[in-house]
Amino acid sequence: MTAATAVGLAVAWPLIAVALIVVFQRWPNLREAGTLLTGGSLFAIVAGVILPEVEAGGRPGMVLCEVVPGLRLAFEVEPLGMIFGLVASGLWIVTSFYSIGYMRGHHEKNQTRFYICFAIAISGALGVAFAANVFTLFVFYELITLSTFPLVTHSGTEEARNAGRMYLGILMGTSIAFLLLAMVWTWLATGTTDFTPGGILAGKVDGPQLMILLALYAFGTGKAALMPFHRWLPAAMVAPTPVSALLHAVAVVKAGVFTILKVVVYVFGIDLLATTGAGRWLTWVAAFTIIAASCVALGKDNLKARLAYSTISQLSYIVLGAALATSAGVIGGGMHIVMHAFGKITLFFCAGAIMVGAHKTEVSELDGLGRRMPFTFGAFLLGSLSVIGLPPMGGSWSKWFLMLSAAEAHQWVMMVVLMVSSLLSIGYLMPVVVRGFFRPAPADAHDDRHSATGIHEAPLLCVLPPVVTAVGGIVLFFYAGDIWSLLSGVVP
Amino acid sequence: MIEWGLYNYWVVIFLMMTGLYVVIARGNLIKKIIGLNIFQVSVIMFYVSMGKVRGGTAPIEAAGFEVYSNPLPHVLMLTAIVVGVATSALALALVVRIKETYGTIEEDEIRRIEADEDAS
Amino acid sequence: MEGLWALISDDLPALQIAVPLLAATLCVLIRRPTAAWAVAMVVAWSSFANAGVLLHRVLTTGTISYVEGGWPVPWGIELRIDLLNALVLLVVTGICAIVLLAAPRSIDAEIPRDKQYLFYAVYLLCMTGLAGMTVTGDAFNIFVFLEISSLSSYALVSQGRTPRALTAAIQYLVMGTIGGTFILLGIGMLYMVTGTLNIVDLANQLALVGPNRTVMVAAACIAMGVGIKLAVFPLHIWLPNAYTYAPAIVTAFIAATSTKVAYYVLVRFAFSIFRINQTFDGAHSSAIAMMLGIAAMFAGSLVAIYQDDVKRMLAYSSVAQIGYMILGLSFANEYGLTGGLVHLFNHAIMKCGLFLVLACVLLRMGSTRLSAFAGLGRRMPLTFAAFVLGGLSLVGVPLTVGFVSKWYLVLGALEAGLWPVAVLILLSSILALVYIWRVVEVGYFKAPPEGADAITEAPFSMLLPTWILIGSTLVFGVWTSLSVGVASAAARMLIGGGS
Repeated sequence: MTAATAVGLAVAWPLIAVALIVVFQRWPNLREAGTLLTGGSLFAIVAGVILPEVEAGGRPGMVLCEVVPGLRLAFEVEPLGMIFGLVASGLWIVTSFYSIGYMRGHHEKNQTRFYICFAIAISGALGVAFAANVFTLFVFYELITLSTFPLVTHSGTEEARNAGRMYLGILMGTSIAFLLLAMVWTWLATGTTDFTPGGILAGKVDGPQLMILLALYAFGTGKAALMPFHRWLPAAMVAPTPVSALLHAVAVVKAGVFTILKVVVYVFGIDLLATTGAGRWLTWVAAFTIIAASCVALGKDNLKARLAYSTISQLSYIVLGAALATSAGVIGGGMHIVMHAFGKITLFFCAGAIMVGAHKTEVSELDGLGRRMPFTFGAFLLGSLSVIGLPPMGGSWSKWFLMLSAAEAHQWVMMVVLMVSSLLSIGYLMPVVVRGFFRPAPADAHDDRHSATGIHEAPLLCVLPPVVTAVGGIVLFFYAGDIWSLLSGVVP
Repeated sequence: MIEWGLYNYWVVIFLMMTGLYVVIARGNLIKKIIGLNIFQVSVIMFYVSMGKVRGGTAPIEAAGFEVYSNPLPHVLMLTAIVVGVATSALALALVVRIKETYGTIEEDEIRRIEADEDAS
Repeated sequence: MEGLWALISDDLPALQIAVPLLAATLCVLIRRPTAAWAVAMVVAWSSFANAGVLLHRVLTTGTISYVEGGWPVPWGIELRIDLLNALVLLVVTGICAIVLLAAPRSIDAEIPRDKQYLFYAVYLLCMTGLAGMTVTGDAFNIFVFLEISSLSSYALVSQGRTPRALTAAIQYLVMGTIGGTFILLGIGMLYMVTGTLNIVDLANQLALVGPNRTVMVAAACIAMGVGIKLAVFPLHIWLPNAYTYAPAIVTAFIAATSTKVAYYVLVRFAFSIFRINQTFDGAHSSAIAMMLGIAAMFAGSLVAIYQDDVKRMLAYSSVAQIGYMILGLSFANEYGLTGGLVHLFNHAIMKCGLFLVLACVLLRMGSTRLSAFAGLGRRMPLTFAAFVLGGLSLVGVPLTVGFVSKWYLVLGALEAGLWPVAVLILLSSILALVYIWRVVEVGYFKAPPEGADAITEAPFSMLLPTWILIGSTLVFGVWTSLSVGVASAAARMLIGGGS
């Protein structure tokens, strides 16, 4: 199998899972085996066939069809997309295990639909990752939106429907109103939407128009959750936790920031942005989002809501990295896609495990739970450290590069923002761990010993995945150099 | 300044406006159809007078005549008359059905009946 | 067979009119519903094939000119098929043929069996009129065929189950006749100025005469008349009632054909005859058209959001979509006009598909009110999936036809330097998302009322045409060489001033 065919195959691969799920819908064990098998083989394709080619400097790709002249559905894998593809396909396997434990532990309905939509969303994420032009990216971006809608509204309650309305309204609204316009504009100005190293806009669009175009891209990518288009993300937390974990901490939101990163690097070109300063305003929007979302997170008692706002804040790190328009910024942003993915998915897995094992959703209810659920809370600690950016977790490296980039660009304010944000994230993540391990369990639980002893670790399939991803976060600390060398192919 | 030589066009415009006014202002469906007919007839007159050449005769070749009226608009109007008749026939058929169903052909009464239906 | 082909091969344009016309009388003579349906099917599908052959011929050998009865142009009547009307003809005949597949099951529920042969006869007459308007190269002929199609569509609309169909039909008749008469008046004035009725000849003569006041008034009359037929906002008031109360199958048919042909007539007059982009006082008429188009987009979509009857909602959506087409025309550049023409093609497919979905729902649920859609996602999964896909196409999601239309319309707006208009086009798509999603939510999340009768999926004979059309929205969303290829070539031709 050549790498080029592997690229097309990888995007279509999750659809095999869809077929298997449909065929085996009456036998849940076979159905889940189908998902796991496809997940495993997908990761093998991405990591085993495509990765070596990209590492060697190749850009495997293929053209599917030309929709209108100059507008092709085509794939081409470059390092940024490679990394995103690896993260999405790799974490899908872990999440699939977790889903099985969670969905069964929670006795959720409509599990078949859940797995089908999940697989389609992964296909969409890979499509975004491997897209060779803005149009293809846009197509798969919308595919993700549509396929995750049934997941957000999974429970079918009034709350879920309202959340779904906001989800679809913001994500689709911004993409149609802004992203599509930006794409048409780009096409009209340059005659192409292909991602080209060094950018395509230089000399074609300039002055204030460049700023407006960047704004259309940045705000058009609603999935990047830049304020003020961030409200969908907390709303989407009504979805089952595996969805929050993989899609709303990794695949969907990363598809958003990945789009911004990719557009900045391959459509604008960081040189153009650096010389014209057209991205300056975006650093301020990102900085505001980082700080404001962290502050909101501090005030949230619901664990998933707190993590959601933390995600909004962390996503803007990547936008900031892109907007700084330095090579360190792009590398830091790209690396943060990976590091944050591992950190945040761990945290969400833990939140779900707490929900399944102890039926608790609020931070204030977690007192003393750490002793009953040591693995869960241990993993939560490691995940928190990664998100905060402390060694020995991978998250420290991406922060390091982002700091470096702010220094290179002489944006001292941005350095301060990054540091303050780290402090704030200590403020909203550590209380969870502290409550779990060091606070005594609430008094009423002592009276009723049954309920207190009733709490124990969630099923193995719910506990193992966060431990795995937490350990993954440590491993990444030592292998950051590989990611760096891969990403350094993006920027000269 | 009004050119009296073109009075026929004034007649056309007068008829046209009369027809349109009747269609818009009258609530009785039969009167509406009459208005529609007047409106159509005005256009037929317009065509007919357009084809007439002053001093011209019927377009049949005969000795002693040099100037002929243009027959084409007149022929076209045969078609338009047929269309008008068909329209009126269809409209009248519909009015009959409406009368059978609603018991009235006054537009405001029909509307009232429909509003009552919506309310219930 | 060879011999037959040789016999009719040259007369294909004329057969497009003659065959359905004769078949309509045949249907009246047969008097049996199934046989009449069979006749109509044969005629509609062969017309569709005929249109395909004609389009192929136009693409390979250029414009076809067919002289009726051997009278030379410009005195005789010419049937003239170029890229523009070949495409429209393909759409119209294709829709006629596909809708007929669903007709027997659907009208069984709405029209008494002993009257059904008349339905097919009138249906074929309507098709005659629409095809005639499309292929003719003679301005007066356009009026005649327009009236044939209009009269038969009034009759078709009046066949609805409720008495409202009668009032809707008479409203349509009054408005339509005013529109038709205005067109007649405008054509008369053009004849006064040029002494010809042949479209090509008219264009040439008008270019010599230049824009004088009579020509202006003629243009205004024709724009007004076609505007009524096309249901351009604010001349659209007949449309929601007619679409809502007509039999489901008639709505699917009329929504996808008669406004489309009216749009074709408008484009033909505007670009082939008046050449508004070159000589005429184009800037003003463009500005007016643009404002009407924008108003239609928003008024139609906003009103659609508040409708309780899904059929009425889609009717208002049609008003909005017509706004897009008008907008594309108003840019008077190649991209914009391509957008308008592509949208003609695309909107015909998707709206017809959606109205066929409603026909399925009506058949099973007996109503198309929003409440009838409760839980339909589970009760009629295939039907409802078709609705979702068609709806997404209406919104303009990529890989559906709606996206292709939007793409060209936005390109046209940007090329004309009209930034705000481009933004407005996209904003109004979001309104489409709102009204479509209201239905989708009810279909998937609302439980059917307690004790509701068990219902089954729509019959195959109706699902098939629905899915042919909905499938086409996906196919033509990816493979665009037919729709965009022909439309952009036609737009280039029109902008270039040829005909």
